[in-house]
Amino acid sequence: MTPDTAESDASAAAPPARRRRDLPSVGLAALRIGPALMLVVVILVAATLSPVFFTTRNVGNVLSQSAVIAILAIAQLLVIVTRGIDLSVGSTLALSAVVGAMVFGSVESGPVVILAMLATGAAVGMVNGAVLVWGRLPHPFIMTLAMLSIARGLAFWLSGGQPVSGMPKSVQQIGGGTVGWLPYSAFLVAGLALLAVLLTKMMLWGRWIYAVGGNPDAARRVAIPVNPVLISVYVLSGLAAGVGAVVNAGRLDGGSPTFGELAELDAIAAVVIGGASFHGGRGHVGNALVGALMIGVIRNAMNLLNVDAFLQPIVIGLVIVLAVELDVVRGRLEERLRTIQAAHS
Amino acid sequence: MNSSTPPALRVTGATKRFGAVVALDDVDLDARRGEVLALLGDNGAGKSTLIKSISGVYRLDAGTVELDGTPVDPGSPAAARGLGIETVYQDLALFDNLDSAANFYAGREMTGPKWLPRGLRLVRRRAMVEATSTVLKRLSVGVADIGTAVGLMSGGQRQAVAVARAAAFATNVVILDEPTAALGVRESRQVLDLIIRLRDAGLAVIVVSHAMDHVMEIADRAVVMRRGRTVGELVPRPETRQQIVSLIVGGDG
Repeated sequence: MTPDTAESDASAAAPPARRRRDLPSVGLAALRIGPALMLVVVILVAATLSPVFFTTRNVGNVLSQSAVIAILAIAQLLVIVTRGIDLSVGSTLALSAVVGAMVFGSVESGPVVILAMLATGAAVGMVNGAVLVWGRLPHPFIMTLAMLSIARGLAFWLSGGQPVSGMPKSVQQIGGGTVGWLPYSAFLVAGLALLAVLLTKMMLWGRWIYAVGGNPDAARRVAIPVNPVLISVYVLSGLAAGVGAVVNAGRLDGGSPTFGELAELDAIAAVVIGGASFHGGRGHVGNALVGALMIGVIRNAMNLLNVDAFLQPIVIGLVIVLAVELDVVRGRLEERLRTIQAAHS
Repeated sequence: MNSSTPPALRVTGATKRFGAVVALDDVDLDARRGEVLALLGDNGAGKSTLIKSISGVYRLDAGTVELDGTPVDPGSPAAARGLGIETVYQDLALFDNLDSAANFYAGREMTGPKWLPRGLRLVRRRAMVEATSTVLKRLSVGVADIGTAVGLMSGGQRQAVAVARAAAFATNVVILDEPTAALGVRESRQVLDLIIRLRDAGLAVIVVSHAMDHVMEIADRAVVMRRGRTVGELVPRPETRQQIVSLIVGGDG
């Protein structure tokens, strides 16, 4: 003990910069990008097994098919960081798409239809957040589970259970258009992700959502506007469902009440694969995006390899367990490496 | 101390009821700059209610709070903080997922530009990290890496970060609720030294504690409460220790 202390005291006088980049630090850095590394492995495996995988057409396909999950996952991450969950986004997407298609029936304007879909999504999110906060419901699971049912029901009721066909050209472009082989929706996802990174990493609101998720009581005590912050994440989640509706309705040229079934679970799975914690306060936009791509790539690869469709959900389920298990191991390792690092400094 | 200058904190006639229970009954309390005041008493004596009334968690039914002779209204925790009264609760109120700097500035972040709505302002992370590490250095709080989430720190380090946070922003009074209750011998030592540094920096320090040894060591004055009233005030010395204990437990005192 004593010689150790003497030694570290002596080295403290010497420039400590070198020691910073020791093995534990490198290890920690590697652990932090764990989900991205996993995605790279999955992509490499897919590319090895199928020669078609890395064709531009297929990559475009993957991006286009992952777009809706990715959009929902980015917003779901914000919700989960605050210790919440939004189970209603799939249904909200369907409701928004149906409303958009019905609006298109009377107003043939791209902006108006898009605005209608976004407003529907945001309104549903507003209701989720407001009832959760002011109704003092014990957990967001309950409000958003109820909304999952209500919004889906509304979508069926409004549409009479039938798909409502037709979408403005602009919406079709957003959902199905491409620049070369890159789908527009991929740019949309990238733009939204950048916006979310800006919000979470650079703006005060982002600090607040991590503080609220980390310790809601303390957040109230230090006068962080907890209730507005909570409402805002559900509004953003609803808004994201509206954006998802634009993409989905654009790709399929119409709105259907069956859109987005189980999409909320894909979004939550993507966030969890990306290493966010249900206990709140932890998770990154980039990793949620990685999670969404992982699901997209795995589904795509299985399609290319003609894997039985019934096997696909099993594989996705296994990936979720594997990813979270790796995250548990990561947490343990991180703690150990931190101890080593602290002992060194 | 010159008795003509008003104390940093003066509470007069503080009364607080919860339904039929009288938690505080006409309590007076002075806390002076450069002094550690120990607030003692058994569970339910009213210590907690008193400090929560000073730090804005509760609102007094009757009584006044003065800072340097000026009546003030710590109507909310944020208002109390605005008045230069900082409190370290027993649960520390730390954000385990955030680093020291984010914890220091939670709820009072350095941001800009001013014309943006508050939530959309950009966080001045670097400035906050620098200010935080300056304070930690000044108070000799050793934190291995300023970027470490406080949840990964030891109990003593966490306590030290919470106390340093209070010290960084308090201009008048720092209140510490059981600052050593969860700590080992060595970690307690560090926190006690830190409390002494706060006192020497000219703050009025109020410590609620059950640890008599620690009280005897750091407190300049001890106020004992029982059943919502103050029942005695003593200077902690080896020869007054027994007297303090009997005041707390309610003997003939």
